[in-house]
Amino acid sequence: MADHRIDISGLSAFYGAFRAVEDVNLTIEPGSITAFIGPSGCGKSTVLRSLNRMHETIPGARTEGKVLLGGQDIYDRSVDPVAVRRAIGMVFQRANPFPTMSIYDNVASGLRLNGVTKRGVLDEVVETSLRSANLWNEVSGRLGSPGAGLSGGQQQRLCIARAIAVKPQVLLMDEPCSALDPISTLAIEDLMIQLKTSYTIVIVTHNMQQAARVSDNTAFFTVEGVGTPGRLVETGPTRRIFESPSVKRTEEYIAGRFG
Amino acid sequence: MAATTLSADVPPSLTRPRGGRRADRAFRALTALAAALVIVSLVAMALFLVDEALPSMRHYNPVSFLTSTRWAPSEAVAGSSSVNPYGIVQFIYGTLLTSFMAMVLAVPVAIGVALYITEMAPAIIRRPLSYLVDLLAAIPSVVYGFWGVFALIPALKPVGAFLADTLGHVPLLGAAFSGPFFGYSYFAAGVVLAIMILPIITAICREVFAVAPSDEKDAALALGATRWEMLRMAVLPRSRSGIVGASILGMGRAIGETIAVTMVIGNSVLAITTSILGQGSTMASVIVNEFTEANQPFHLDSLFVVALWLLALSLVVNVAGKAVVSRTSRDIA
Amino acid sequence: MSESTGLGAVGLLSRRRVVDQALTVTLSVVMAGTLALLLWVLGYVGVEGLKYLGPEFLTQTPPGNAADAGGGFLNGIIGSTIMVGIATVIAVPIGVGTAIYVQEYAGPGAGTARFLTDVLVGIPSIVTGAFVYAIWVVHFGFSGIAGGLALGLVMTPLIVRTSEEMLRLVSRDLREASLAMGIGRARTIVSVVLPTASSGLITGVMLAVARAMGETAPLLLTALGNDLFIETNPTKRMSSLSLQIFGNAITGYRTAQARAWAGALTLIALVLIFTLIARLVGRRSAIAGR
Ligand SMILES: Nc1ncnc2c1ncn2[C@@H]1O[C@H](COP(=O)(O)OP(=O)(O)O)[C@@H](O)[C@H]1O
Ligand SMILES: [Mg+2]
Repeated sequence: MADHRIDISGLSAFYGAFRAVEDVNLTIEPGSITAFIGPSGCGKSTVLRSLNRMHETIPGARTEGKVLLGGQDIYDRSVDPVAVRRAIGMVFQRANPFPTMSIYDNVASGLRLNGVTKRGVLDEVVETSLRSANLWNEVSGRLGSPGAGLSGGQQQRLCIARAIAVKPQVLLMDEPCSALDPISTLAIEDLMIQLKTSYTIVIVTHNMQQAARVSDNTAFFTVEGVGTPGRLVETGPTRRIFESPSVKRTEEYIAGRFG
Repeated sequence: MAATTLSADVPPSLTRPRGGRRADRAFRALTALAAALVIVSLVAMALFLVDEALPSMRHYNPVSFLTSTRWAPSEAVAGSSSVNPYGIVQFIYGTLLTSFMAMVLAVPVAIGVALYITEMAPAIIRRPLSYLVDLLAAIPSVVYGFWGVFALIPALKPVGAFLADTLGHVPLLGAAFSGPFFGYSYFAAGVVLAIMILPIITAICREVFAVAPSDEKDAALALGATRWEMLRMAVLPRSRSGIVGASILGMGRAIGETIAVTMVIGNSVLAITTSILGQGSTMASVIVNEFTEANQPFHLDSLFVVALWLLALSLVVNVAGKAVVSRTSRDIA
Repeated sequence: MSESTGLGAVGLLSRRRVVDQALTVTLSVVMAGTLALLLWVLGYVGVEGLKYLGPEFLTQTPPGNAADAGGGFLNGIIGSTIMVGIATVIAVPIGVGTAIYVQEYAGPGAGTARFLTDVLVGIPSIVTGAFVYAIWVVHFGFSGIAGGLALGLVMTPLIVRTSEEMLRLVSRDLREASLAMGIGRARTIVSVVLPTASSGLITGVMLAVARAMGETAPLLLTALGNDLFIETNPTKRMSSLSLQIFGNAITGYRTAQARAWAGALTLIALVLIFTLIARLVGRRSAIAGR
């Protein structure tokens, strides 16, 4: 596996003049699952979206600091944000399959839009991606039907298949299960653990059990109050963070969420 | 590029392709060009109208167009500029009178229809009813004019005669309703315009009423309010400026209406007719009537003067209406 | 509470009921009256139009002398098609392009652009006609192109407005999904945003076409009309259905008016068909389904 360690240093993110997160320093190991936890509004999504330059697609939003992917700063002037997003896939809180496209076309969309048209190649990638997303068995008979017709959990797995079809190195997931029922949630958690062998995964979650179940490392963010920037408080192996956090705030938060 | 993205083991280059994302930039530039064209057309419109009107405004005192009610192209003499034969006050009067009449007639009906649709109609017929009312807006102006001449004017004759017989003899007020009434009139134009702007005003009122918060309506009903009291407590107070804005926008639409008005207003240009039962012209109707037959000195140029003032008037009214409506929706939101 | 208040309340209640009943009746009457009005207009045009509408009307040009009976508005129908066609070709790319710019790129300038569009929508079409006269007819004479240009100027702001609304309805989620896959902005707009909004966009275009079909005043200043023969060369003066209705309606000859009624019915039918298609397409929108 190629080295695609992510090194975040001195990262701040802004919405217009508002500094939403400040001075994040964090290393994300390849082939691991890292969970971002913390109270809402502390900047988890913002940091996550800064890792594939999605943050800057919001009008007025910008970042400062460095994010190295395999040693290369994705914010370097010579870097193409579109190439960054191709290398770092993303799954969103709300499943968002393209409503005008069939299941097949949804999965193939990334390749197609990047210029791959050979039917054989597409067929193969669609099948492997759907299999990797544990969705193949459920949809193989109706690849031509609209993606929007699937259940919520299936739609989210379709979005995961769509994201991994372009073979990214890293997969970012922003509360991918928060809109799903427990069974679908378990299916997606299983999937994450399988995918970890091929992808580096970063997941934002509000669910402490989920963080404990799936992640290798955990980063805890917090925010002092409205209008102040969020910060990374502590980071480390998930076990340690959950069992013996070194910062009081972390302990309180985790206790509160579990309690 | 596709090949590299397909093999996961070789990280694709993150470096910007030479020449940047040309397609992205070209696409953005094209859409910007389209937007620029739209803005340019607006500016060009004003400039070209001024340019065409200029000879006449140089020849005569530019203010004199607004101080005379006499439009007599046959009296224009190329050499003389002492008296401006192209007074346009009667057209401004005709435009304002007919569109105001249209507004006065249409607004109560529009409010009623909008209230019926949003508050009274069973849910399943709301949409069909809205479509039907909107159909009134789909009927072309020329058809309204034609229908106005043959169907509406005969029906208005007894109404006009009645108004002339009754209100026409009241002191002061009488001037506005004095006969005789021949059908073709400001009145007929106002009624046709009212029908034409009814759907626009209704549509905006519908939106305004629809945003009244349903928990307030429920609260009113739970207090034992009747439907009327509920509307008065929870719907109408919030809707006041929305209705005002809708009325102004409807009037703005009426100001520019041309063909239908031309067909029913009688097209007399020589002076202001005070009675709404009399015949006259609007700014739009005089332009369309005389444009292609303007053969007197400064005649066409003066029609451009009319067009310029018509543009100015409709801009002012529309912007005002828009401002009022958008202020309401912000208040509500 | 004392008994007397209770009795008073009953009295009050009955008056309140009466007011409420009156409101119900009034609103119902107003609604029914409005529908009756619609029926009156459509019915009148239908009855008068059907008296003459027929194969001859749809396949012939008007007789040389307006007082003669017979003939039809084929040249006007062809002229309308050509000029509305020209207008659509001008207005759709500019209108949709502007909407894309305003919605996807303009950022803080979007408010201003929206305002200008509203201003443009409010400009009387007769003024638009005078403008096209000044920039085109003065130099190249009355022509179908000038007519198409005027109609295009009428259609463009309408298309900008509806398209912009439709693009706004496409959720940010979808744009993000596409961008996050490493698909460029332009590609995202063309392959994801526009298809999602497509039925709404088509609805907007159809409604603008319907509006342009019915326009008369700006054409009088630009295309001028041509009752004599079928003109398919857009550099020449040209007739339209609406111009022929107007021209024949005001002649005072019963024969010409018969043609005009048939024309009015044809025009209404065309406009209603476009409006109806627009509504049907709009109902099946991918956005509406979400
Ligand atoms: N689009 C936006 N515009 C302005 N401020 C935003 C936007 N999105 C998030 N924020 C602000 O940035 C801060 C961090 O938000 P976010 O990253 O969404 O937090 P989390 O995902 O941890 O709940 C919050 O204060 C939030 O209000
Ligand atoms: Mg979040």
